[in-house]
Amino acid sequence: MINYLSLLILQGATDSRVSSAWDGIKQPDLSKFLVIAALLFIIGVMGVLVRRNIIVIFMSIELILNAANLNFIAFSRYLFNTGSPNAIAGQVFTVFIIVVAAAEAAIGLGIVIALYRNRETIWVDEIDLLKW
Amino acid sequence: MFLLLQANTTELYSLRDLMLIAPELILTVCGCVALVMEVVLPYRKSKWTAYFALVSIGLAAASLASLYFANRDLFPLDGFYGMLRIDGFAILFKAIFLIGAALTVAVSMRYLDVEGEQHGEYYALVLFATVGMMFLACGFDLISLYISLELMALTFYVLVAFTKREKRSNEAAMKYFLLGAFSSGILLYGMSLLYGVAGSTNLGEIGRSIGVALQPSVNELGMMTSGIPLRPLILLGVIALSAGLFFKISAVPFHMWAPDAYEGAPTPVTAFLSTGSKAASFALYLRIFTEALGGLRGTALDWAPLVAIVAAITILVGNWAAVTQENSKRLLAYSSISNAGYVLLGLVAGNSYGYIGIVIYLLVYTLMNIGAFGIIISLRRRGIIGDNVNDMAGLAQKAPGMAAMMAIFMLSLGGLPATGGFIGKYFLFGGLLQRGRLEEKSWYYWLAAWAIINTVVSFYYYVRFIKVMYLGERVADDRPLALSPALRAALVVSLIGVIIIGIYPQPFIDLAQKLITPLTAGALAFR
Repeated sequence: MINYLSLLILQGATDSRVSSAWDGIKQPDLSKFLVIAALLFIIGVMGVLVRRNIIVIFMSIELILNAANLNFIAFSRYLFNTGSPNAIAGQVFTVFIIVVAAAEAAIGLGIVIALYRNRETIWVDEIDLLKW
Repeated sequence: MFLLLQANTTELYSLRDLMLIAPELILTVCGCVALVMEVVLPYRKSKWTAYFALVSIGLAAASLASLYFANRDLFPLDGFYGMLRIDGFAILFKAIFLIGAALTVAVSMRYLDVEGEQHGEYYALVLFATVGMMFLACGFDLISLYISLELMALTFYVLVAFTKREKRSNEAAMKYFLLGAFSSGILLYGMSLLYGVAGSTNLGEIGRSIGVALQPSVNELGMMTSGIPLRPLILLGVIALSAGLFFKISAVPFHMWAPDAYEGAPTPVTAFLSTGSKAASFALYLRIFTEALGGLRGTALDWAPLVAIVAAITILVGNWAAVTQENSKRLLAYSSISNAGYVLLGLVAGNSYGYIGIVIYLLVYTLMNIGAFGIIISLRRRGIIGDNVNDMAGLAQKAPGMAAMMAIFMLSLGGLPATGGFIGKYFLFGGLLQRGRLEEKSWYYWLAAWAIINTVVSFYYYVRFIKVMYLGERVADDRPLALSPALRAALVVSLIGVIIIGIYPQPFIDLAQKLITPLTAGALAFR
């Protein structure tokens, strides 16, 4: 465990100095995946906060889940390279997340349909019976 | 060949592991049977499913009790390769969930009759939600915790939307679903960072490796590191986890879904949502923050001040927003937000007093809140929703027993001595004072004082119910209340529980102390 942690620290310190940009594209290191995941996460959060269409908000939530998935896969691959015994757990977690996200989509769309039958809108601005 | 197969299966999971989750297995099987009963039985006989659900909850409780008495000297027990941990903490919370589920089923029957939605799958969903909560209490791995959290949350989305012709129910479900899924996503992102930092999804291993990461050590280059390069990742993970969990327990910056979901949902679902789901989220919170992140207390990444600030704001906003409410379900929703703040105080205290307070408070809260919602349900009839505070007017003349029960539930929610609510609050505040004395930091005292001041505010709106019931002008509706035997039984059971815990709390305190101590000791040893 200590070995893995120090490797993580060392890798972050050396890679950015030594590798050129082209090497980074050919063999991306952990940090690039983390940055992409963080970007996905931020886009998702902004989408939830800014957009007004329920379906689009729901798509943004899926982006957040995929950011977590990407993190898990990247860490899992990294742990595998460092020889950690728990490397597979991240990939298992991702499979579970995908399954749960599918179930969540089914329930969410079911609720949207029930709402649309009664209200004929999927714009969150118009869903305002309950407030304060 | 057969021997080989047997060897393999015992290798993968043993009978002992299955015995550890026997209560959940019973509930799962009975939930599936309830789904079939819905198809087979005619609509008039749908209530049989409700009685079947009650029986299955009873069976699960019996199996939980036998699990406890057979293994109580062996706790904590790990099962499924560390995926689950059965200890006193898990047993206590599971008992709370089973009590909440049984009371919910009992108060649901009449309500669903009035709504014309008496369907068997409602009871199946309640059972599945209970299974999710019970796995939340005993999960010891991020994977099992996430799956059980989603099992609970997904069934609750459906339950909130259950009266599908009701516009408010649709809207509540939509809001609850969007914000619930959003918070799950944030929680998951935090979990992924924690996995990356610790290299494991097991809570115990996460706790150990974070402890190692934060210890000052000399690395290969001969430089002193104190986990500093990892610190931003840990910090981000803790913040994302906290944000997700604050959503789930409806603490203040993330509380706005709760009043809407509570008001729009069918009333029995509101009762279950505000007690069972909240208690389960607290179980998750406690597990992650004591077992995995307990080592951060007292370091530069201490999460206690964050939780303390959130608790203080939650208590303030919950209580003051409840004062102006006219809808009693919405009022109780804000009251439930402020109660989440009180329970968070136990986590800030982090000692055995605080943990006893959390468990006893959640137990009493389950009883008194389901009781209060049960009274609101008894006011519901065709054409009258009965969820306005003024609908209670004249209840003291119409049904003196019901009015007296409601008064006791309200006083207990406020925390009047000799009711159960007082005992819970006493331990929560006492834990804070104890911690403050131990660490010689004054902000613990200020936090306790703040909570007590706001408790006084809460009496304003709790007593308002009593005033309306006893002094309110008599309204036109003077037809007698139509109570079902199950609803009456649930109310009486809640009342007896609240009074017994209030007057003679010693056995409950002893039990909580005996069962929670290992968790506290584990968290302390770590420090």
